[in-house]
Amino acid sequence: MRHLPRPYLFNLILLGVALSLSIAVGSVWIAPADVWLWLSRQGGETAGIILMQLRLPRTLLMAITGAALAGSGAAYQGLFRNPLADPYLMGVAAGGGLGAVIAMSIRWPYTLAGLMAVPLAAFIGALSSALLVYQLARRQGGTSTASLILAGVAISSFATALTSFLMLNATGELRRALTWMMGGATLSGWLPIMAALPYIALGLGTLFTLGHALNVLQFGEEQAQQLGLPVARVRRLVVIAATLATAAAVSFAGVIGFVGLIVPHLVRLAWGPDYRHLLPLAAIGGASLLLLADVIARILLAPQEIPVGIITALLGAPFFLWVLRRSKRGE
Amino acid sequence: MVKLEVQSLVVQYGNRVAINGISFCLNSGEVLAVIGPNGAGKTSLLRALSGIQPAFSGQMLLNGQDLAQLSPIERARSMAVVPQARQLPSMFTGYQTVMLGRTPHINWLGRTRYQDEEAVQQAMQRTGTLELADRRVDELSGGEQQRLLLARALAQGSPLLLLDEPTTHLDLHYQINLMDSIRSLANDDGLAVLLVTHDLHLVAQYAHRVALLVKGEILSQGSSKQVLTPELLSQAYQIPPDAVNLAVLGL
Repeated sequence: MRHLPRPYLFNLILLGVALSLSIAVGSVWIAPADVWLWLSRQGGETAGIILMQLRLPRTLLMAITGAALAGSGAAYQGLFRNPLADPYLMGVAAGGGLGAVIAMSIRWPYTLAGLMAVPLAAFIGALSSALLVYQLARRQGGTSTASLILAGVAISSFATALTSFLMLNATGELRRALTWMMGGATLSGWLPIMAALPYIALGLGTLFTLGHALNVLQFGEEQAQQLGLPVARVRRLVVIAATLATAAAVSFAGVIGFVGLIVPHLVRLAWGPDYRHLLPLAAIGGASLLLLADVIARILLAPQEIPVGIITALLGAPFFLWVLRRSKRGE
Repeated sequence: MVKLEVQSLVVQYGNRVAINGISFCLNSGEVLAVIGPNGAGKTSLLRALSGIQPAFSGQMLLNGQDLAQLSPIERARSMAVVPQARQLPSMFTGYQTVMLGRTPHINWLGRTRYQDEEAVQQAMQRTGTLELADRRVDELSGGEQQRLLLARALAQGSPLLLLDEPTTHLDLHYQINLMDSIRSLANDDGLAVLLVTHDLHLVAQYAHRVALLVKGEILSQGSSKQVLTPELLSQAYQIPPDAVNLAVLGL
C-alpha cells in the first residue's frame, strides 16, 4: 500500500514509451507528435492508411496480448504457488493454439462473429491443458516444479504436433490463418482486436478482483480456507479467467512464450508480492514488454519481420533458467 | 459468549479411523489443552473443527449451530486457527500477513478500512510483533513466525481460537510469554481457546482443563491435576510411571 503510486507511474510511463515506439517504428517513421496530424488527415492519405490500418491495430493487438499473457501468468503463479507457472511453459498456450486452429480448419470465418468464435475454441483447448497440468503437478502445499514443466512439455509437444499436422493439410485461407497463428505475418485491420478485446477484458477484469484471494492462497489451501476463503470457488474462477485471457491472446497473436513468466517475476522483485497490485502491474508491464519485443522484431532484420515469439523466447529462455536456479535454491 | 460442543465425533480418512467418537465442551474464558501421543488424532480434531476434513459422523455445535452448515466466511468469523509455522510464503511482510486475518471481514477486492487497520494494530501489539511489521516473513525465525500467525488469528476477531502446537518453535522466554497471552485472552477477553500441544509442563501451568487423547479416543478429561497423573500418562504414552514423574513433574 505504501508503494501504491510509484509502481503504477513507472509502468504507465514505460507503456507510453512502448506504445509510441510501436506506432513510430516501421517502413515509414511516424513520430508520436505527427500521429495527430495523420489522424486529422493533414499528413496525407498513404500515411493515414498505414497508421489506421497497420500500425495502430498491430500496436493495440500486441498491447492487449502482452497484458493478457502477463496477467494470466501472474495468476497461474499465484494459484499454483509456483514461480515457473506460465501459460506457455504449462502448455496452455499451445492447447489454446490447437483449439483455435481446429476452429479455423473447420471454417475460416473472416467476419467479427466468426472471429469471436475462435477464442472460444481456443478456450476449450487451453482449459483442457490447464486442468491436465494442474492434476499432474498438484501436491501438498503447491505444485511440483518438475511435474509442472514436464507435463507442460508433453502437452505442448502434443498440441504443437497436431497443429503442425493440420497446417500441412491446410490450403488457401487456412494457410493464411496458420502462418498468422504461428506469430508470423501481421494481420491488418481492427477485427482481431474487436474479437479478442471482450474476452481479454473479461478475463483480466475478473483476475483483478481476485488479488486478495490470491494473497490468502499463498499460505496454502488449508490456511486459506481457515481464513474464510471459499477456496474451490476461487480456484475455479482463477483458472477460467486466466485461461480465457490466454486463449483470446493466442487466438489472434499466435503462441508467444515467456511474457507470462518474465513480467510477473520482475514486478514481484521490484514491488513485492501483493497480488492486488501485482496483477494490474503485470498486465501493464506485459503490454510494454510485448510491444518492445515487437518493435525489435520489426527492426532487427528490416525490412523483413521476424515473429515476435522468437524475440520473447530469446529473452525468456535465459530468464527461465535463472528463475529455475533461484527457485531450486529456495526449496 | 461462545460454547463449543463436540458430540460423538468420528473422523475417518478412507477406512482409517483418526478420531473415534469423542465428546467434549469448551466455553468462553476457558483454555482446553488437548494432549496425547503422536498419531492420537490431535491434528485431525483441529482439521475437523476448522472444516478442512469433514466429520464422518457425530456433531460439532457452536452456540447450538452445526459447524458443518457454516460457509467458510461464517466459520472464519467464529473461529480462528493458529497453524504451525512452516513454509510461509516468501516476500510477504509481517503486516501483510497479519492483515490477511481480516479476510472474513473485508470484501473480495481486499480494500481495508480503518477498523481493519485498528484490529491488525491491536493484534500485533498484543503479540509483540509490531517491530516485525516491515520484515519479510520468510526471513523471520520460527518463533517470530509463530507469533505473527497468532497475531493474524487475533486480527480475525473470532471468539474461538484453535492453536496447533504453538510453542514448538519458541524459546523458554516466548513460551511463557505466549502462554501468558493465551491465558489472558481467555480470562480477560473471554475467548474460548483449544490448544493442541505436547508440552505437559505448560499444560499443567496454563490450561483450565485438559483432554488426554489416545488412539482417537479421550482417555481422560478434567483439570490438569486429574489428568496429568503418572498412571494415566504412563498408560497413554506407554512409558513407566517413574519416567512420567521425571519428565512431567520434574521429581
